Amino acid sequence: MSFEIKNPGLATTVQDQGRTGHYNVGIPQSGSMDQYSAELGNALVGNGPGDAVLECTYLGPVLVTDADAAVAVTGAPVEVKVNGETRPQWTRLQLKAGDELSFGTIQGGTRYYIAVQGGIDVPEVLGSRSTYLLGAIGGFQGRKLAAGDVVPVGGAGAGGAAVGQGSGLPEVDTVPEEFRPVFAKEQSVRIVLGLYDHRLTDAGRESLLTGEWKVTPVADRMGLRYSGPGVEWKEREQPFGAGSDPSNIVDAGYAVGSIQIPGGTQPIILHRDAVSGGGYAMVGTVISADMDLVARAAPGTTTHFVAVSQDEALVARKELAELKTKAWEALGARR
Amino acid sequence: MGTIVSPLPGIFYRKPGPGKPPFVNEGDTIEVGQTLGVVEIMKQFTEIQSDVAGILESFEVAEGDMVNPGDTIVVVRES
Repeated sequence: MSFEIKNPGLATTVQDQGRTGHYNVGIPQSGSMDQYSAELGNALVGNGPGDAVLECTYLGPVLVTDADAAVAVTGAPVEVKVNGETRPQWTRLQLKAGDELSFGTIQGGTRYYIAVQGGIDVPEVLGSRSTYLLGAIGGFQGRKLAAGDVVPVGGAGAGGAAVGQGSGLPEVDTVPEEFRPVFAKEQSVRIVLGLYDHRLTDAGRESLLTGEWKVTPVADRMGLRYSGPGVEWKEREQPFGAGSDPSNIVDAGYAVGSIQIPGGTQPIILHRDAVSGGGYAMVGTVISADMDLVARAAPGTTTHFVAVSQDEALVARKELAELKTKAWEALGARR
Repeated sequence: MGTIVSPLPGIFYRKPGPGKPPFVNEGDTIEVGQTLGVVEIMKQFTEIQSDVAGILESFEVAEGDMVNPGDTIVVVRES
């Protein structure tokens, strides 16, 4: 079966849990920006957490299914419509062949996800179905969807994407309120300082951790730029190989989630489609448990960076994994 | 009065490009489907089109300002 794309929306792409293991040769992990929401969409339709979904950015697509399909829309709050009638989000919807799925205006956040039983069945590239737009690989022909595209959906247990990942639908058809993320206009994002925070003055570090930062409209799958009070760097004679600005270093690998502040004015958090290295000092790294939170930040979101230790980051990662397990259990879904 | 809202966040522009005249001005008669401006986000320009016909009463957002989803961009006196 397949979805026919009538209107693609702003930037609708196929994503899954990502393409790990190739960052050393410059290929980022990609994958759903808000992994938590995408995975719970999969849970609702009886998929495994690694099945591919459609990631919709601000403006969603209009699509028509050519066969009966169980779908769920999770992530940023938006009006979901089937043949023009409003349907609930975070709930499994049974579409009939010929039904049209469309969306109203997004009411917060940045991205919502369409999960379908069987998963989006595009070929795997380097072990993942995720679209890496800049590299034009993976997903649907390495690009965002366009009008007229016919996007294949895997048959549950019939040789498609869902083989071996459980074919039945879970007992519960709605994600309970307590397991739905909050899409707020204000966020506290936990970071581990380093590797280059020693390049900031005390006032610069103070500014990073106590300042109010706002997400600018310059934000996409590669990274999010923030405006705010700026930071101050220590004076030094720049080493050979580094650029002349104090925010420059000799080129180094970038961690996923690392924060660079070109010129000391506007911090950039590198996200799932980011470059793997470069010459800006990384003053901190967003902890893995808060990467989905950052992905939900719409332009204008007020952000506070909170420093935590690596041990605290690992506890947060464990807690997020436990929350996901509990959410799957609440649905009676099999992982 | 009809209001035209932005369906997405970004930077609002009244012109199709630098040095070009605005799509429309206050007092113009506009039709359903007519482009009133563009919103730039993620290096893409999305046209904002009118879903009503009438006289363009006012712009609620200035050239180059940020808009959020649901923000009113234009007020139209419907005919």
